Amino acid sequence: MARAAKAIKPIIGLVPPDPSSLSWRDMKGLLKLGQYAHSLSEHELYRIAKLVTQSSADLLEEWFELDPLKGTKAASGIIGTYLGPRSPGTAYVLLHHYMGEIDGAFRAWGFAKNGTGGVTAAIASSARALGVEIRTNAAVDKVIVRGGRAAGVALANGDELSATVVMSAADPKRSFLQFVDQQHFPDEFVQAIRNFRVRGSSGKINIALSGLPDFNCLPGEGPLHRGAISISPSIEYVERAYDDAKYGNFSRQPYMDIIFPSMIDRDMAPPGHHVMSCFVQYAPYDVAGGWDDAKKDAFGETVIATIEKYAPNIRKVIVGKQVITPQDIERIAGITGGNIFHGELLLHQLFFMRPAPQWADFRTPLSGYYFGAAGAHPGGGVMGAAGKMAATEILKDWQ
Amino acid sequence: MPELSAVHHPLYQLRRTPFHARTSQLCLPHNWRRWGGCIAVGSYDLGLDREYWAIRNHAALIDISPLIKYEITGRDAARLLHRLTPRDIHRMQVGQVYYTGWCDDDGKLLDDGTVTRIGEQSFRLTAAEPQFRWLALNAVGMQVQITELTERLAALSLQGPKSRTILNLACEQPVDSLKYFRMAFNRVAGKAVSVSRTGYTGDLGYEIWMDAEDALVIWDTLLAAGHDYGITPTGILAMDMARVEAGLFMLDVDYTPASHAWIPGQRSSPYEMGLGWTVNLDKQGYFVGRRALEREHREGSSWKMVGLEIDWEGLEREYAAVGMPPQVPATAVRGSIPVYAGPRQVGYASTSTWSPVLKKYIALVHVQQPFHAPGTKVEIEVTVEHHRRKSPATVVALPFYDPEWKKK
Repeated sequence: MARAAKAIKPIIGLVPPDPSSLSWRDMKGLLKLGQYAHSLSEHELYRIAKLVTQSSADLLEEWFELDPLKGTKAASGIIGTYLGPRSPGTAYVLLHHYMGEIDGAFRAWGFAKNGTGGVTAAIASSARALGVEIRTNAAVDKVIVRGGRAAGVALANGDELSATVVMSAADPKRSFLQFVDQQHFPDEFVQAIRNFRVRGSSGKINIALSGLPDFNCLPGEGPLHRGAISISPSIEYVERAYDDAKYGNFSRQPYMDIIFPSMIDRDMAPPGHHVMSCFVQYAPYDVAGGWDDAKKDAFGETVIATIEKYAPNIRKVIVGKQVITPQDIERIAGITGGNIFHGELLLHQLFFMRPAPQWADFRTPLSGYYFGAAGAHPGGGVMGAAGKMAATEILKDWQ
Repeated sequence: MPELSAVHHPLYQLRRTPFHARTSQLCLPHNWRRWGGCIAVGSYDLGLDREYWAIRNHAALIDISPLIKYEITGRDAARLLHRLTPRDIHRMQVGQVYYTGWCDDDGKLLDDGTVTRIGEQSFRLTAAEPQFRWLALNAVGMQVQITELTERLAALSLQGPKSRTILNLACEQPVDSLKYFRMAFNRVAGKAVSVSRTGYTGDLGYEIWMDAEDALVIWDTLLAAGHDYGITPTGILAMDMARVEAGLFMLDVDYTPASHAWIPGQRSSPYEMGLGWTVNLDKQGYFVGRRALEREHREGSSWKMVGLEIDWEGLEREYAAVGMPPQVPATAVRGSIPVYAGPRQVGYASTSTWSPVLKKYIALVHVQQPFHAPGTKVEIEVTVEHHRRKSPATVVALPFYDPEWKKK
């Protein structure tokens, strides 16, 4: 997997060329892509072709025998998607989660001091040090268009900011269907964005604890509390969790990825206390009957009851909990559909198709308007890759 | 029953520290290192990251008992240390700690360590190597008593931003007022200890000195007090990464003591090692190496130890040439690596490491005039797939990492 991640990494860092275009830039990109494909051995090329089309279950069954191992690994393939481990395309999502690299170690998950928010805080403080002004709590109402060009943004509070270049880091739906009047885009583009799949499927339960849960399989405090705990006993378990979601319900026995951030960073909780972060699938954005308080409570209860099967003391140590559904993600973070990747990482929504065919190079049909967020190539995952590549492309146009 | 072989006799075995009963239980990978005739834990885990991050984020508990320790007492105790070291010992207050090197008469380093003024006529000296003979030679005609405490005095280093909080919980007296490089007496679990605000990591940290017989109960008390604050038993390999970030050097690794040098060129002066600030040429009276150091101060040094940051893009290019992502060492590397300016070798790295907190590949390097000015662009050798290549690098001032809470 590390070799496959290494093989696919050059594509991640490539501005997707448009295969239908004869422009110099796209031809150069295609040539690079061709050279890259040529540099791979036949074996690697076939493996990558399989990886992007296979289901994570099929991939894992080629390599492993043990159910809990396959279940846990398969789960990486469904994160942020509205698919099950037996759905084709999930092998790529699995790979996407293995591309992380920290201090030279591939397949590593990063933990930022003070939580993942520390990453954006660091970027913000670095930008401020360079003289950048950052406005927060300033909702954008519209992108101002003058003479067929993006000319600034109008804020919800009535302020107008003029600009030579506008870049959106919001999700594709918001960026193209809400911020800009549709008359400024070709119909085909609008249609493609409307069809872009952004259905959220993941929930999050954050739990404040007065002590650590004691797991049946490894009693006592131990290294397990510093690692990731996956509730995914088999591929079948995860697939059945998906079955519930397929028909509009949250999973009665959900898949869970649990970490204790306070075990890695003690400043995350008061001494002796802990926080437990449970990533849960599936929790459909448009759950049958809609999300109300009762439904949220029932979802939270399902999660706690599932944990209780493995760590019976859990209820005794809970001092507070927060249940986040995809609708909450949409409401709090402004991500349409509440999908953690701003749009699923599906084969038809990747590379030169992300967010729409012909517009994967961080430019948009509206000149002066750029798009550089998780909804663009190469997708989400706290990589910062889309933003960096978009900025590089903006600088190219600027000169 | 097999007969007990002679090798089982304690005389044939490496010494164990007073904490061995605890450390040996926790040292899961059996990663033991040698330190001053003792076995010391290299790491308690297979990887170093947890212990390293304990130093930088929480608190690392490190057994430093193998350090060589002397007690120097008597009417002439201050006089002896004033003569031995280039620092002004007569100005030292009781409870103060000095870091210092000491030299031979050619002004070349013999060893380095800390001097603590325990009382008016009582000092503690730590060293990397046994120094009894050198101390005795310098004490001729003086009224002093030199006692080696190495085995009698156990020591723990508690390093990291949470170390003060934990000590306040474990000690009878709070340590809040203990300033950087000061020492105070205290009690832990009813046992007498001395606590100095010193360390080898460049972070907030303390060293706790105790009677060897009290070692285990103090270890247990500290671990219990620190449980909720992330206290982590830590081996000397993670400390080795931290000390490079802190710009601190090690005897026999970053410099050769004059007493070990085969040839004069192997020796180093305090000025060359960046210890010019410890050489007090204004102090009264003679000290060993004074004339040579005065001359070097006047004429300038030809070498200097500085920091080097290896340029990441350059390193990436060298590895990309063979189709690999850059490889960085997961531990501090003790080995000489050539440093170049153009085609000419102008120096060498003595310890290099990946710095997880800085996300930089760094090295302690020794470079000739005029290449040691911060900002100087040089190249360092990297071995990529068995081939020697050069990667661009920049000279920087030491330390690499200096958190604001270190001295606060």
